[in-house]
Amino acid sequence: MKWFDYAAPRSVEEAIYLLSTRPGARPLAGGTDLLVQLRAGAKQADLVIDVKSISEVNEISYDPERGLTLGAAVPCRRIYGDRAIREAYPALAEVASLIGGTQIQNRASLGGNLCNAAPSADSIPVLIVLRATCRVVGPGGAREIEAEDFCTAPGQTVLQPGELLVSFHIPPPEAHFGARYVRFTPRNEMDIAVAGAAVGVLVENGTFRSARIALAAVAPTPLFVREAGQRLAGKPANAESINAAAEVARAAAKPITDMRGTAEYRRHLCAVLTRRALEAAIARAKEARS
Amino acid sequence: MTHTLTRVRTTVNEEAVEFLCEPRQSLLECLRDILGLTGTKEGCNDGNCGACTVIMDGRTVNSCLVLGVEAEGRKITTIEGIAQGSELHPLQRAFLENAAVQCGFCTPGFIVAAKALLDAEPNPTEEQIRLWLANNLCRCTGYGSIVRAVQQAAAQMREVSA
Amino acid sequence: MKTRNYAVVGTRPIRHDGADKVTGRARFGADLQISGLLHGYVLRSPHAHARIRSIDIRKALAFPGVKAVVTAADLPRTPDRVVELADGPVRLSHLRGNILASDKVLYKGHAVAAVAAVSPHVAEEAASLIEVDYEILPCTLTAPDAMRDDAPILHDDITTMEFGEQTGKVCNVAEHFRHVLGDINQGFAEADVVIEREFETATVHQGYLEPQSAVALWNNDGRVHIWSSSQGAFSTRDAAAPILDLPVSRLKVTPMEVGGGFGGKIRIYVEPVAALLSKKAGRPVKIVMSRRDVLEGTGPTPGSYVRVKLGARKDGRLTAAQAYMAYEAGAYPGAQVAFGAMCIFAAYDIPNVMIDGFDVVVNKPSTAAYRAPGTTQAAFAAESVVDELAEALGFDPIEFRLKNAAREGTRRADGPKYRRIGCIEVLEAMKTHPHYTAPLGGPNRGRGVAVGFWFNVGFPSSCTISVNADGTVNLVEGSVDLSGTRTSIAMQAAEVLGIGAGDVNPTVADTDSIGYTALTGGSRTTYATGWAAYEAAQDVLRQMKGRAAVLWGIDPASVEFEGGVFRADGRSTTFKELAARLDMAEGPVIGRGAVNPSSVGGSFAGCIVDVEVDPETGKVSILRFTSVQDAGKAIHPSFVEGQMQGGSAQGIGWALNEEYYMSPEGAMLNTSLLDYRMPTCVDLPMIDTVIVEVPDPDHPFGVRGVGEANIVPPPAAIANGIHRAAGIRLRRLPMNPPVVVEAIWNRRA
Repeated sequence: MKWFDYAAPRSVEEAIYLLSTRPGARPLAGGTDLLVQLRAGAKQADLVIDVKSISEVNEISYDPERGLTLGAAVPCRRIYGDRAIREAYPALAEVASLIGGTQIQNRASLGGNLCNAAPSADSIPVLIVLRATCRVVGPGGAREIEAEDFCTAPGQTVLQPGELLVSFHIPPPEAHFGARYVRFTPRNEMDIAVAGAAVGVLVENGTFRSARIALAAVAPTPLFVREAGQRLAGKPANAESINAAAEVARAAAKPITDMRGTAEYRRHLCAVLTRRALEAAIARAKEARS
Repeated sequence: MTHTLTRVRTTVNEEAVEFLCEPRQSLLECLRDILGLTGTKEGCNDGNCGACTVIMDGRTVNSCLVLGVEAEGRKITTIEGIAQGSELHPLQRAFLENAAVQCGFCTPGFIVAAKALLDAEPNPTEEQIRLWLANNLCRCTGYGSIVRAVQQAAAQMREVSA
Repeated sequence: MKTRNYAVVGTRPIRHDGADKVTGRARFGADLQISGLLHGYVLRSPHAHARIRSIDIRKALAFPGVKAVVTAADLPRTPDRVVELADGPVRLSHLRGNILASDKVLYKGHAVAAVAAVSPHVAEEAASLIEVDYEILPCTLTAPDAMRDDAPILHDDITTMEFGEQTGKVCNVAEHFRHVLGDINQGFAEADVVIEREFETATVHQGYLEPQSAVALWNNDGRVHIWSSSQGAFSTRDAAAPILDLPVSRLKVTPMEVGGGFGGKIRIYVEPVAALLSKKAGRPVKIVMSRRDVLEGTGPTPGSYVRVKLGARKDGRLTAAQAYMAYEAGAYPGAQVAFGAMCIFAAYDIPNVMIDGFDVVVNKPSTAAYRAPGTTQAAFAAESVVDELAEALGFDPIEFRLKNAAREGTRRADGPKYRRIGCIEVLEAMKTHPHYTAPLGGPNRGRGVAVGFWFNVGFPSSCTISVNADGTVNLVEGSVDLSGTRTSIAMQAAEVLGIGAGDVNPTVADTDSIGYTALTGGSRTTYATGWAAYEAAQDVLRQMKGRAAVLWGIDPASVEFEGGVFRADGRSTTFKELAARLDMAEGPVIGRGAVNPSSVGGSFAGCIVDVEVDPETGKVSILRFTSVQDAGKAIHPSFVEGQMQGGSAQGIGWALNEEYYMSPEGAMLNTSLLDYRMPTCVDLPMIDTVIVEVPDPDHPFGVRGVGEANIVPPPAAIANGIHRAAGIRLRRLPMNPPVVVEAIWNRRA
């Protein structure tokens, strides 16, 4: 690796100052993507800014009225280790336990997952269906970005120079809501998703009130398939609607062929995984307490 | 730009240590090349094999993906800190008794990871053991003897604490 | 010595190096720290096939912290000749060429230059400043492609050797050989059913967890000391000497602990480079490969194209077998196709056989041995066709194999006649195992079986044993210990001497300190070095009998030894007691053993596997796996079981997910363990093992090497299970999810 300097600021302001004044600076949370990329020469940095000492970036705060504020650098293990999160947002806890293995989960964060902006990121579709917003702070002030708008291309985000992703906000869970992420990997753990489908549904009296469907690894960015979710509103929560939604998801996918799978195989998986995720989410919605 | 080394003060295997390193040196490199603790191994250097597993502030991490400078103020446990003086830890004995060691290269990573498991969950099922250890690769054993070793150690440790 | 009840052989003592291995004290190659150490980094070719026009090292040499830079120009220039090494004969120019490329690079990852500097990071940065001017050439990546007349030629000086004769034809086919038994035309004419199928396997890697590394010191006295993490100190010395044009007396190789080899660490890669850097820098140099270097720059196993044709009568007897086997050798000749040809039909007694084997160079890393080299590829083909044939004729798969099983006296197509072997015993053990008849309920589930063979090797081994006054012994041997062999060797000595395994202190010695010992590989170590230990122990007993005779004032010929006790004329003394009384004026008791076994008994292995196929995703899960193998005599049953489980796990990975994804330009795309997918803890069930013991006719304890045959059957068995689960016959490895799904669709169509 080429030489880089290291800083561990204790405030968002200090981090932003460093990010704005050193063009080659990159934030470091868990390091499970960044260090691999720096070693491989895929990314460069002359200053690594460790954000793990900044409180807003590392805190979890949940309130049934206000919802969840999750620091961007909180490691996966703290997410699924948090009882309130497990109960209020089980899909979020689950996806945090899917990324890598134990050692990775003790370091990797959802902020890192999002800013890395890989098309195959597992947590981003879940953030999308949970209606997460991202709080970004920069020299010009703070702004909120919806999770589905954050990634613009493989490895690219809406972050401007000097900006730092500080935290996520997820609205409080609603009654009759259920979410689930289902992905396909060749091995049982440790793999990047070949395809993934996240689904969040509101089901009352056997009918979809609303639905959100987002896909991983089948487009240049995590794909929010608005149409598939919108079409479910008002439909009965049965196999026919599920299959129809799965087909819309499949049609919306724009996968490539790479070493993890062919385009055709990924398109096929979209439909299978969307269907399985919907079935599981509906079951979860039925059990959800108000 | 002059490249100054960073001073790191940390605790390794319950001993206070201090060393100078470059920010680009991983914790794995610092442990092996600066502190001379070569028990922790490099298998892939990108977080996929677990041979570099250490415990940092009570949690297992791939030390190849932690910077040495991040160890500042933390408590690190490596394979060298698992035995209790001259007494092998039940996990270490169990690995030997179950022939869970073949080439031995993955062994430090597995023992450290398994120790963290048993600290968190003293009575794990086979499924829990396998899931916890999924980040640790072994190419020699097929994992069965490793799982049995962890089960045996868990049982022995439960007996002692009962 | 072949008694039924052993005191030590067959028990499960803790291995002697156990404490070191579980505390992190054991020193593997990269763990060595010596004063003045420099760190080396190897620059590798980014192209699969290119001419090197020039290499400019000046900027690298000037980089602060750099102490030396080497290229192929620093290798000695001597006339080409054939060198006999552990894994076969090789041209010196090829051996050197793979260490550092001279005029051409032949694969992406081919070593081109190396830098020694004060830290690994500095060495890596400096290496990026080396300017290499390449003229890119078209590349060829599979055996069928490389065999075409219009294929790019890798070597202008490789001409095809056909049936033992030089053809003079410049070609990527280095050799075409043929084995013939009987008359296959006659044989197929007699058959009621004939099935012919084509198979392909992708390149896979041994996947050892420890990357290659070495430390070398070119000392001021002209001696070169290499600390190597390889499968043999002597085999490393044998390879380094011709490369560096040094007599073996000037080389000392100290074996470090090895983190897995499986055949891939027989060859050397960084040792000579480190030595050359050390010569220039005047300091010791350590080179540690990265995982990417390991995948791109060492020796994976050949990808293959195999066509198998089998014919059988209605009564189930095989009448003819034919195989066409074209293996990718990688950049230099020496694909392990010859071994595959020896083993492809080895489990069967077939009167008419023809096997054509092709050793084909392609622009991929130069292939090396991988646990029963070349044989898993062959068995994938043969055992799949056997399964299909058995089904077509209405036979149970194991019954069909029993009907045709090889036995003592069966002649193989490559020539040898079997002595006592355990093929039938392995098949019987599979047939009677509860797994074979356990109900397998549920949709999409199926059970498959397959068998495999590895011939095992002998080769020389040496051992010395010194007796300590406390009745323990020091045993010195020269076999690198990959998985506990120092213990299984010590146990054989202990058995002879009537002492406990813990009373033997084994040491694996360097090349200055023990007699010549061949590689740790070929399933030879417990067998041959154990035999050398047996002989050394017998030598100790002879000398001890002499000492007892002196003590008792009698003729040594009348001293007997049994059950750990020396007896004569009504007097007795134990080994320990006698050791304490050895009169040092007579000199110490040191026993020696040196063996070179020639007719070695092979090992048969079989497996039963239950699979479940998810028809929507193509995911294949292994529900249950049983491995059966003939160990001759299991010295340490836990170690034998460990070999069976490990080989099975590798076979499963090979079957389902492992492969080199190659770009059309010859670049491996999955150069990380993220995408080179080896099974994790969660991907495998407990693997059950059954050790069959059909003793080797010659070995004092009846040992048969067990390290290799167990990797041979799993891919075929899994394919056969997938067939029963999903009604599809897969003929390409790996049988990964997209391939499975597509086959299911095609079947439905």
